[in-house]
Amino acid sequence: MAVILTAVAALGGITVILAALLILANKKLYVQEDPRIDIVEEMLPHANCGACGFPGCRPFAEALVGGQALPGKCTVSSEEGRVQIAHFLGVDVGAQEKVVARLACAGGINVARNRARYEGLKTCRAAAVVAGGGKGCFWGCLGLADCEVVCDFDAIHMNQFSLPVVDEEKCTACGDCVEVCPKGLFSLHPASHRLWVACKNLEAGDEILEDCEVACTACGRCAADAPGMIKMANNLPVIDYSKNHKTQAPIQRCPTGAILWIEKDGTIVKGRESKKVLRKSTLPDLPT
Amino acid sequence: METTITVKKTFPHGVHPPEAKEETHHLKIRRFPFAPVMILPLSQHTGKPSKAMVREGQEVARGQKIAEADGFVSVALHAPASGIIKRIALAPNPVGRMTPSIYLQPFPASSQEVLEGTPIDPDTASPDEIVKAIQDAGIVGLGGAAFPTHVKLKIPEGKFVDTLIINGVECEPYLTTDHRVMLEQKDDIFMGIRYLMKVTGAQRTIIGIEANKLDAAQELSAAIPAGMPVSVEVFKVKYPQGAEKMLIKALLDREVPSGGLPVDVHTVVVNVATAAEIGRLLPHGRGIMERVITITGPGVAKKGNYWIPIGTPVRYVLEQAGAKDNISLVFLGGPMMGQAVSNLDFPFTKGTSGLVVFTEAETNSKPQKIYPCIHCAYCVDACPMFLNPSQMGILAKKERYEEMAEQYNLFDCFECGACSYVCPSHIPLVQYFRVAKGILREKKAAS
Repeated sequence: MAVILTAVAALGGITVILAALLILANKKLYVQEDPRIDIVEEMLPHANCGACGFPGCRPFAEALVGGQALPGKCTVSSEEGRVQIAHFLGVDVGAQEKVVARLACAGGINVARNRARYEGLKTCRAAAVVAGGGKGCFWGCLGLADCEVVCDFDAIHMNQFSLPVVDEEKCTACGDCVEVCPKGLFSLHPASHRLWVACKNLEAGDEILEDCEVACTACGRCAADAPGMIKMANNLPVIDYSKNHKTQAPIQRCPTGAILWIEKDGTIVKGRESKKVLRKSTLPDLPT
Repeated sequence: METTITVKKTFPHGVHPPEAKEETHHLKIRRFPFAPVMILPLSQHTGKPSKAMVREGQEVARGQKIAEADGFVSVALHAPASGIIKRIALAPNPVGRMTPSIYLQPFPASSQEVLEGTPIDPDTASPDEIVKAIQDAGIVGLGGAAFPTHVKLKIPEGKFVDTLIINGVECEPYLTTDHRVMLEQKDDIFMGIRYLMKVTGAQRTIIGIEANKLDAAQELSAAIPAGMPVSVEVFKVKYPQGAEKMLIKALLDREVPSGGLPVDVHTVVVNVATAAEIGRLLPHGRGIMERVITITGPGVAKKGNYWIPIGTPVRYVLEQAGAKDNISLVFLGGPMMGQAVSNLDFPFTKGTSGLVVFTEAETNSKPQKIYPCIHCAYCVDACPMFLNPSQMGILAKKERYEEMAEQYNLFDCFECGACSYVCPSHIPLVQYFRVAKGILREKKAAS
């Protein structure tokens, strides 16, 4: 009996001492943290996507409270959400232009040919390490949907031609698709940019048309029609968005429709002289 | 003179794929016609691409240097035929990218005489001169890796080489180029060894050959010039005996440290075809213009070993070799480590050792279904590098690439394909590893 009492007394004593130490430490070592950080973090979407340039929502909340960033940086929040945070902190929203991911390829299976049948792991990354994949065009979309899988916001969907389509409403410009695409076809652009070059093929001339009917042939008509705004570089038109680019003039004479106009609702407008592709079926393989 | 040959040495682990060499190993090397247009990528080797020295429309002679090395890890490129430079533009490269290339149109009915350069004498030239000459001759590892040969011959300060190993193993199924080179170019091989021993300072040379090429082993050991410290060793047939680390382990029982090079264990390994090419070209100051390849497989009629001009497109080779109508799978190199082509406009580069063609009858019409790993450890038993492919495959599927590199030594894998070959679940392990390595390299480059 005495043994048990000793043990209970000893352990109880140690407990009391340690508890006292903890209480003391809590008082002495307490770190004053701005309570607004917790509140602001609650208001953020908890996506931890990194689109704001900070490692996650908590560091972004700290930056917001510290005044190093403005709520507009968070592209995932709704407009009201951003205003609410700005109101709470008494700062500007920081009008951030909506940025979305854009795909620089229009070569779905109805217009772009496969030169080889690819078998193996069904990811674009894996296909790209086997002789660049089966697609005829070496720059084109492989269509195995790595971007659809990686998108946390359900903003990318493969269409019936195995080409990813970005839902600009849902896209938060987190940049995951930009990173994952082995052909580097995605890039982030302000959603107000309507003029778009949907091709990455660096070859000049009509030879590429055997592989893809909507490829850029570097004919330079768009650059001629929009002097100053469009320049040809590496056999591709480069649009200078700092100039007035709110015109459909450059797309009108494009023979293939590689330079196009994206309407606000995502509809694609091609030029008057661009060929109209009505085919819905897969292109047959080239005879070897 | 009859030499006795004992077969004993080999390395632990490995696999035994069907050899399929009997159709071509007895066929003498023949010449191949010039294609109407040749495509010469400026990056046919590991390292920096060469710099073009010609302009469009220029006429060049066969053997003329048309591109020079850009830096130390780079080699020169020579015109494989007398002709005219049609254009310098992007062209498909077997690595799966469009790369800058020179399009050469050979002159029809030209005598195709080779332009000679400055001869290099193995006795009087200094090691540095020989290294430079090998770089100028555009010589890369002809076994398949296409690593510039002069780079591994430049022995770093403080290191030394005691043994030069000539790799005549050719463990890749279907290919018989090294076999034929050993039978037909014995003098060139020994000439090459003289240059190589002078450069590396090695005291002895061992030629390693697999037991399925006993005729080559016998003829080579009979032909060793008097006073030359060369010996011929024969291995059991096993894949991948021809990988340089396996070869060193079997011959000298030395293990190359992880992330190290053969020179760390005082040896240099050179492919036998590379040695023969050094011995054939350097005494004339020529550059590499052609190489020996094996054209074989059920899909072609004229199987055999050919001297093929560098830059010949696959499509032309298939036409000339009598490809059947229903071909469905074409390999550059052998079926284990070679590359399935995605485009018949790929040219033959310096590193391509064969063309293996299959028809629809031999290939699956339906894609092979991939089953989950059943932890049978066949791959662990097969891996010559003693890695754990099973565990790495599972990690790769979950995209835990850092863990693969840090805890499972991913970068020791040289992609021999033994694990994928034995996997009963048909898991494409090597493809997983290649993806993992690519992503890790990209991350490293970005940071």
